[in-house]
Amino acid sequence: MIRDITIGQYYPVDSPIHRLDPRVKLSATMLYLVSLFVFSGYLGYVLAIAFVAVCVKLSRVPFRYIVRGLKPVLMLLIITLLFNIFLTKQGTELASFWIFHIYDEGLITAALMGLRLVLLVIGSSLMTFTTTPNQLTDGLEKGLRGLKVIHVPVHEIAMMMSIALRFIPILVEETDKIMKAQQARGADFESGKLLQRVKALIPLLVPLIVSAFRRASDLAMAMEARCYHGGEGRTKMKPLHYKKLDYVGYLVLAGYLGLVIGSSFVPFLK
Amino acid sequence: MDAQRRNLKECMVLDHVNYVYGAGTAYEKHALQDINLVLGKNEFIGLIGHTGSGKSTLIQHLNGLLQPTSGHIYYKGNDIGAKEFNKKELRSHVGLVFQYPEHQLFETTVVKDVAFGPKNMGLPQLEVDMRVFAALKEVGISEELYDASPFELSGGQKRRVAIAGVLAMRPEFLILDEPTAGLDPRGRDEILDRIAEIHAEGNRTVILVSHSMEDVAKYATRLIVMNKGNVFADGSPREVFELYRELEEIGLAAPQVTYLSERLREAGVALAQNATTLAEARELLLADWKGGSR
Repeated sequence: MIRDITIGQYYPVDSPIHRLDPRVKLSATMLYLVSLFVFSGYLGYVLAIAFVAVCVKLSRVPFRYIVRGLKPVLMLLIITLLFNIFLTKQGTELASFWIFHIYDEGLITAALMGLRLVLLVIGSSLMTFTTTPNQLTDGLEKGLRGLKVIHVPVHEIAMMMSIALRFIPILVEETDKIMKAQQARGADFESGKLLQRVKALIPLLVPLIVSAFRRASDLAMAMEARCYHGGEGRTKMKPLHYKKLDYVGYLVLAGYLGLVIGSSFVPFLK
Repeated sequence: MDAQRRNLKECMVLDHVNYVYGAGTAYEKHALQDINLVLGKNEFIGLIGHTGSGKSTLIQHLNGLLQPTSGHIYYKGNDIGAKEFNKKELRSHVGLVFQYPEHQLFETTVVKDVAFGPKNMGLPQLEVDMRVFAALKEVGISEELYDASPFELSGGQKRRVAIAGVLAMRPEFLILDEPTAGLDPRGRDEILDRIAEIHAEGNRTVILVSHSMEDVAKYATRLIVMNKGNVFADGSPREVFELYRELEEIGLAAPQVTYLSERLREAGVALAQNATTLAEARELLLADWKGGSR
């Protein structure tokens, strides 16, 4: 069950999306997320779905695997849906019981908000599925290097992010292992009242925190031993260079943006 | 084998067990392929295999932490995959010591940590205390450390405390996953000797996962060799190490002393058979020397 956490994990297959320069993917993801919230009208939704569908298809990451990544936001999704259904008081009333009134506008807003949220998660997880943490950091560092002028520690931020991302699967695995080790000693994480369940977490959390600190200090030692001293004067083994595919990527992105912006001016289908 | 087969009611039986990790994704891995084994009472089994051969996956099936994708596992005649089967109880009968077990320590004192398992079994306090002290004694932790924080101990001590945590549950099957990984030779011998003593007390099946041929040859009475999710060989250490050429092909090897005796025999020393342990080599050489001088 704990292994089901797929957010931030790389999915190792070869595809045009995997081969794209991380900077293209980063800007595409950013722009896509923004585009999700600026367009109005149904045509925008059609475009957004089509865009992400094409990307998913091209990336060769199984759709089922991506859907599994939606699990952690399921609760948020349900709350969003409920709020929109019950708190929108416009349009014609469809049903009512006690203090709840459901309007047709509410249903539509709820459906569209839910859709936006799903697209948001799929769009951003697609980037982490197709980009290794290393590429992501490199892309971020190079893409943002302009900010160094105003003393933003770009390299450090990028390094911190890549370490954090790298540690997600490690800690997930560690959690799984400690959980099993304690279960082997008769620990029970799945039943009991709330208080008991919280107490049952202590044998899991203490070793996990200890191990996180141990790993952090090991990593610091290893970095030190390899003379890591920040970003100054550091060179790359695989410097990022734009290739033909990347320009095509930017073109497609520009095309998508053009269409989305254009769709807002289409008078029908509002 | 026939002696074990007589009473399957006392054994752990694996019947056509398959296990697939991450089915339907790029990470899909057929970790266990059609495993059939009978693990008998009182055996000392060495489970060997290369990294990724499925050893760890296999042992996690034995106490129900993993469920086979297909196939059945029977503990004393009961299917542990059955809905009404009590897994928590099974785990007190089948004790599993994971790799680097010291990473699971969490309590404030050594005694409290070892008591975690027996407490979860719902035993009365007096029984818990008795088992804790007995287990700590078994692994050779001295009394002045009982109230120390487990985090203050040395690496080898931590590991022994963690093993005591499983021993205190008094399991009939004791499974240890590479209990000597990362220890110095002395710590290694200490732990292995303790395990051998615990086995010698009787009524316990010990399964020792290792990739040190010397270790398993010295202690185990039966070896199971895993390769790529299959049981590659299963027999006495002598039978298994006779296959040393095949073992080499799958990235394993026989103990050094087996190679030495093989070389000696090639050079004309008339040893009765290949040795698997140093003690045995000594016996064989002495027998040969006495026979020759007579």
